[in-house]
Amino acid sequence: MASAHSRMRCGEFRTTYQEDMTIFPTPLARRVAVVSVLLLLLAPLCLNAYYLNLLIQIGYYGIAALGLNIVVGFTGQISLGHAAFFGLGAFASAWISNNSGIPVFFSIPLAGLLTLAVGLLVGIPAGRIKGLYLAIATLASQYILEDFFARAEWFTGGSAGAMASPFSVFGHIMNSDQSYFYVVLFYVVIMFMAGANLMRTRDGRAFVAVRDHYLSAEIMGINLNKYRILSFGISSFYAGIGGALFGHYLGFVSAEGFTLLLSIQFLGMVIIGGLGSVMGSMLGTIFMVLLPEVMEFGVHLVGSESTTLTQALAYIKEMAIGLAIILFLIFEPDGLAHRWRMIKNYWKLYPFSY
Amino acid sequence: MNFELLIQLIVNGLIVGTLYGVVAMCFVLIYKSTRVVNFAQGEFLLIGAWTCWAMLVKFELPFYVGFPLTLVFMLVFGIVLQVVVLRPMIGEPIISVIMVTIGLSMFFQALVAWIFGGYTKAFPTVFETASVNIAGLQIETAYLMSMVVSLVIMIGFYFFFKYSRMGLAMRATAFNQQIAQSLGISVKHVFAAAWAISAVVSALAGVVIGMVNGVSSALSFIGIKVFPVVILGGLDSIVGSIVGGLMIGVLENLAEFFDSQWLHFGNMYNIAPFYALVIILMIKPYGLFGTKDIERI
Repeated sequence: MASAHSRMRCGEFRTTYQEDMTIFPTPLARRVAVVSVLLLLLAPLCLNAYYLNLLIQIGYYGIAALGLNIVVGFTGQISLGHAAFFGLGAFASAWISNNSGIPVFFSIPLAGLLTLAVGLLVGIPAGRIKGLYLAIATLASQYILEDFFARAEWFTGGSAGAMASPFSVFGHIMNSDQSYFYVVLFYVVIMFMAGANLMRTRDGRAFVAVRDHYLSAEIMGINLNKYRILSFGISSFYAGIGGALFGHYLGFVSAEGFTLLLSIQFLGMVIIGGLGSVMGSMLGTIFMVLLPEVMEFGVHLVGSESTTLTQALAYIKEMAIGLAIILFLIFEPDGLAHRWRMIKNYWKLYPFSY
Repeated sequence: MNFELLIQLIVNGLIVGTLYGVVAMCFVLIYKSTRVVNFAQGEFLLIGAWTCWAMLVKFELPFYVGFPLTLVFMLVFGIVLQVVVLRPMIGEPIISVIMVTIGLSMFFQALVAWIFGGYTKAFPTVFETASVNIAGLQIETAYLMSMVVSLVIMIGFYFFFKYSRMGLAMRATAFNQQIAQSLGISVKHVFAAAWAISAVVSALAGVVIGMVNGVSSALSFIGIKVFPVVILGGLDSIVGSIVGGLMIGVLENLAEFFDSQWLHFGNMYNIAPFYALVIILMIKPYGLFGTKDIERI
């Protein structure tokens, strides 16, 4: 064993630019990522439908949450209308595959592109305003798009909703949990790799510069307008892909699902996971998807016979989400990703942490 | 074209508008003195109205006892909220502050729905709610009363900020926190007072609306409707919030009128203010009376 590696490292130090620009921070992290994807490939063989359903949910919500993290965490803009774009992706993919004969295989990325276009359009005010004005503007766009979903019968089927045909590849229909899991996993891997890569590009660094100090960024020659609108577009693209996967999984898209509440949940995922962390988006999504399940489990544990608690379950879940957001912001504003980093550092230096 | 209906709707718009103005004023009060955008303003109305309802119906207190008790409860509620939740957020980035109030709004909405159920419940009749005929227009006395209450609140705010010690301290804090602190004003107390006043006055508005329309979770939507109002009037202008409230109140009734007469889109009453909001943000983001931020490098 080489002498440099026989000694214990006291931290992660990058000594070259190449090391600083890797997708995964350490070779170990890369190996863990590859192995976990391989393990997930085996998941449909050994998990039952309930757990697969949870994993699929984590998949499509995770993609959308990563999109929101790009606009909120990396670019420092606030969006309260993410659920509307998620819904737009779901409706667009269903509409494209129903009306033009394009197979679902292609309609999902096409729906992403359509959402991207709408996102760029809605992003135009985002180029001009920022901070809480932007939050309020996106709140308005949430209500306007929601109203559009309820009204545009040619596109969404109005209050009746739209049917979404199942995903198929080479005539092989993948509508069971087992087979659809692979579709979602494929997209999750692609989108998260793309997201991690985006942060290594010129555009990704420009986003971070806009977030950290937009005046300095502008002085350095970064076109603020362009990058603010671009980050909105990219985030809508992610939301569109996530929404399309959601639509084809359920097979039915209804206008009621994409309310402000879902937008808040997306923001909760991003904040609980950690702003400005690709992996954090995934951690936050896992937390947010599992929280209601845990609440349900807890309620059944406490009082399976008391009907008042079971009736109040929907409210308890909602309260738990609200409370989780508040508590995380007060006690751990940097999110789970930060907590994870601290745990790693603790064990890296164990037992001599000073 | 139905002129009588049009005038009736405009009058309704003005009456609803004064209530929007009062709620917007509470919103602006918090924003101006503590720089917190309160997404939970609607929940203040909701909690206030339900508390009063519970006092009158569940505990069967007379109105003149239950109503002041509600206001005292909201006073304490506002202070506790500020101290426990908002004080740790001072100095945090704006997204965190916004998300905390959104989290609060979500939490209290669910909590209230859990305790009181999801259905609209009527207030016991405190005043006679017949309608009176003024210049050929049918106006409900409850509406009339709400307008009077709103006007009294507005005048009260005017004198509070002009002459009272706390009001002056609040204006000083809104102008510059550090200077205010160096002049011996307790910024902590000002922050708590802003939340307390805002909660109390919002609850008052909530009770008034509850008496007219019944108490339901729809009350919290007024907290969202407040955004078009304050953006139109300017985020940090008390006068702007009143003017904006009247304009948005009339606007949504006019939108309803045009929609029912010619367009037939449906739901314009609720959506038109948001279209207005986007347009205002595009052309005049600081609103009619808001101060324009100038950023120095």
